[in-house]
Order: sequence, then C-alpha cells, then structure tokens
Amino acid sequence: MNTLFGERKEGATKIVLKSVDEYPEAPVTLGTTLTNFTGDWRTFIPVIDDSKCVKCYICWKFCPEPAIFIREDGYVGVDYDYCKGCGICANECPTNAITMEKEEK
Amino acid sequence: MAEYKPIRKVVSGNYAAAYAVKHARVEVVAAYPITPQTSIIEKIAEFIANGEVENLEYVPVESEHSAMAACIGASAAGARVFTATSAQGLALMHEMLHWASGARLPVVMVDVNRAMAPPWSVWDDQTDSLAQRDTGWMQFYAENNQEVYDGVLMAFKIAETVNLPAMVIESAFILSHTYDVVEMIPQELVDEFLPPRKPLYDLTNFERPFSIGALGTPADYYEFRYKIQRAMEKAKEVIHEVGKEFGERFGRDYSQMIELYRTEDADFVFMGMGSLMGTVKQAVDVLRDEGYKVGAAKVRWFRPFPKEELYELAKNVEGIAVLDRNYSFGMEGILFTEAKGALYNTNAKPIMKNYIVGLGGRDFTVSDVRKIAENMRAIIEKGELDVEVDWYHLKR
Ligand code: SF4
Ligand code: SF4
Repeated sequence: MNTLFGERKEGATKIVLKSVDEYPEAPVTLGTTLTNFTGDWRTFIPVIDDSKCVKCYICWKFCPEPAIFIREDGYVGVDYDYCKGCGICANECPTNAITMEKEEK
Repeated sequence: MAEYKPIRKVVSGNYAAAYAVKHARVEVVAAYPITPQTSIIEKIAEFIANGEVENLEYVPVESEHSAMAACIGASAAGARVFTATSAQGLALMHEMLHWASGARLPVVMVDVNRAMAPPWSVWDDQTDSLAQRDTGWMQFYAENNQEVYDGVLMAFKIAETVNLPAMVIESAFILSHTYDVVEMIPQELVDEFLPPRKPLYDLTNFERPFSIGALGTPADYYEFRYKIQRAMEKAKEVIHEVGKEFGERFGRDYSQMIELYRTEDADFVFMGMGSLMGTVKQAVDVLRDEGYKVGAAKVRWFRPFPKEELYELAKNVEGIAVLDRNYSFGMEGILFTEAKGALYNTNAKPIMKNYIVGLGGRDFTVSDVRKIAENMRAIIEKGELDVEVDWYHLKR
C-alpha cells in the first residue's frame, strides 16, 4: 500500500497468540506496530465523501496513528489496519467530508 | 573450584550489603539517600572513588521514583542493577516497582525496614516492605548482617534465573548500623557462584528492535500476568536449589524458605521475619531450659510465599504465635493473614494467634517472648483464643 511515507513493509501480518506458552516471557512487542494493528480497536469507521473534500490534508496532519494517506488522485484514503476510529479526522475536516459510521463486523 | 577461605570483616548490615554489591560485580547503581539506607550507597560511592570496583556506574538521581526508573532502564539494557531505599522512599518507588516486575527485570534492592510516617520515625518496622507485597517483587528477610550479605548474592542469582526483581530486607539500625562479624566470600568464588547476567532479551540488538511494556489489550494482558505467577512458583524451586548450592559452597544452607529452629518436638512455635527472629531463637533456648517445648519458624522468603513448608510445619504443632512487626489497618498483622490464609484449605489447624510487636522500633526482648509463651501455653491448654490479635506492647 502506498502512503506519503512510502510503502508499508510486505508481509505485515497480525500475530495472534493462542496459548500462554506462545507468549514471550516478558511483555515485549517484536516488530512493534507491524504486528499490533490498532485497527482492531475500532467501533466507528471514518467514511470520506470525495465530492466534499478540498484536499487540504488537515485530516492527514491530525490523524494520530497515522492512518490517513494521500491517494494518487490527490484525495485521501484510510489504512484500516491502523485506523482506530477515534474520529479526530472527522472532527477536524473543515468541509465535513468525513463522517463516522458504526462499523459492521 | 578454588578452596573456600572466608574473609572475616566486622561490618554494619549496610556495609555488608555494599560489599555484596561489589562482589556481585553490579554494573549500575541508581539510588537516592534516605535514612537509614544512606550508608549503603555511600559505601558503594566510596568503592568507586577509590577505584576498588570496575565498570560500576553510579547514577545520582533526584528521587526514589527516578532511582527505580533508572534501574529499570539499565536492567532492560542488560546490566546487573542494584538500588537501596527505606520507608517513604520505597513508597515513592511503588509505581515503578510494578514496571520492574511487569517487564521481568531482575533488579535487586535492599530495603532497610523503617516505619512509615507519621509520626515521623526512622526505626525498624516491616510495614514499608510488606506494603509492596503485590508488586511482583520477591522478598527475602534477613535476620542478621551475614544474611544481608548472603541474601544479596543469592537474590541476584535467583532474580536473574526467573527474571523477577528481588528485595533483600534488613532492620533499621538493629542491623543497618550495628556491627557484627560477616564472613565474606573471595571474589573468584563469588564469580563462580554468580556468573555475568544473561538478559532475557537484548535491547541493544538493533537488527531486531522491539519495545518493552507496550500496550497490552484485554486480549493479551492476562497471559502476561499469569507468567509472573508462574515465575514466582518456579522461584520456589530456584530458591531451594540456589540456597542448597550456597550451603555446599560456603557452608550456610538457605535451601529452606522457612528456617526451622528446634521445632521437631515443639508444642507450639513462634513465627516471624527478620532480626526479630534472632531474639526469638535466643528466647527459645532459654524457654527450652525452663521446660517449654517451643521452637522458632523464621520466614525467610515472604514472596513467593512458602505455603508448602508452612503446611509441613503446621501439621506437627498445636499452636503458632505469629509475631508481626507490621500492621494492615482494618485487619491484622500481615504475616498472620498470609499464614492463616495459606492453611485454610489444608488439614492443618493449629491455634494461631497474632502478636503485634516492635512497631516503630519498640524494643522486643527475650522476656517479651517468655510472656508470649506463657500466654500461648494457656491458650493451648484451654483450647480457645483470648483475643485473635494482641497489641502486645500497648500502654493500657
Ligand atoms: S478515525 Fe482517527 S485513526 Fe482513523 S483515520 Fe480518522 S483520525 Fe485517523
Ligand atoms: S480534512 Fe476533509 S477536506 Fe481536508 S483533506 Fe481531509 S477529508 Fe479532505
């Protein structure tokens, strides 16, 4: 996936540990965010209406994860592996192009 | 193995701790001075100033909270780390103590038991260390200066085997500032007993970076907590092995988590921790001469708690007088609660009574033990308690 900072590493998969013996002895996170998908936390999902977007990129600046990326056509997209659904982007967008909707899982 | 010829030195409990730190080849010490702990870190600073130790970095910090934070950082990076504190200082470390155990870092500290304020006090009392019961630190209570020295050396080996931090606890002034002969171990033999630390994870491996103590969601937190408990259970075996090895190498056996003194045929025993038990052992000798069948059970390790050893003891006695130099307000002495709780689901049901003694450094003597023995004998004869918790010294 292309983001403004380049490509995300290939093969980034979430590690799901099934038994206590699979866990590391100490609470260390190997590979950090490559395996800790903050997208898991989400209840609400940002939905972007391109027709209202003015490409100001305020949402990109404010996203704390950062899960907003800029698409080739100049509009913005969301990396759902990492978007935690905090709604900051929707709150900051000056044209109300982003709405938060309950995610169906 | 080189032949063991002990080096005898007359030192305070605090100096015994400092020498053990030197002999353990500790790499980082971060500490803040607080009475009565200060002379430990002063002595360590002196070793550094005189060039008597190599590769020991002393980090002067502005508080105990920072001291423990520095210890955690250094330990995570792979160093052998030590600190020392007392009372309010230990309380200030409380939050950081959880970080050390949670991140499974084998930091060793000496806590010089001192009463919590107010009223302001610098004297002996175990409430400071026992208030840290649930932080995931192992706790060893030393009876005398020799046990402070031995305890620190063993604590490093045990802590680094199970990857949990450990406290070695000594009494304010009664041990910290009182001089006694301590048999020290020549450096080569300490090195054989305690090889350099092998960290669980190498934080300096930049090829494979990782973070420690990052977020654990409800999906993962629980398992890491269970692992701490499993390490505590394993620590019981390790304590036994290391204590036995110490005995084989240096002649002082620490394989038992509860040291039993003349308990074989005892009707009832006195149970307690720390320097208090030196007095009790002396009293047991006196009482035995007077015809009392009594013994002493010194709890060396309070965490992990020696449930199994307590059960073996409790099966064979009619009564246990638990001496607590500490108190949990709203309940009773802390060791008393633990000991009763450990026996509840067993067949061992000795009469147990709690004597609150020596708080804030109040003197506790052989004649006090005799009075307690008289009281215990009467209770056992009658088959029922007068009171469960006895504020023994109270001016009534
Ligand atoms: S909801 Fe939060 S995390 Fe998701 S894109 Fe918006 S600002 Fe980023
Ligand atoms: S803040 Fe709104 S208008 Fe600006 S780029 Fe983001 S979605 Fe478009």
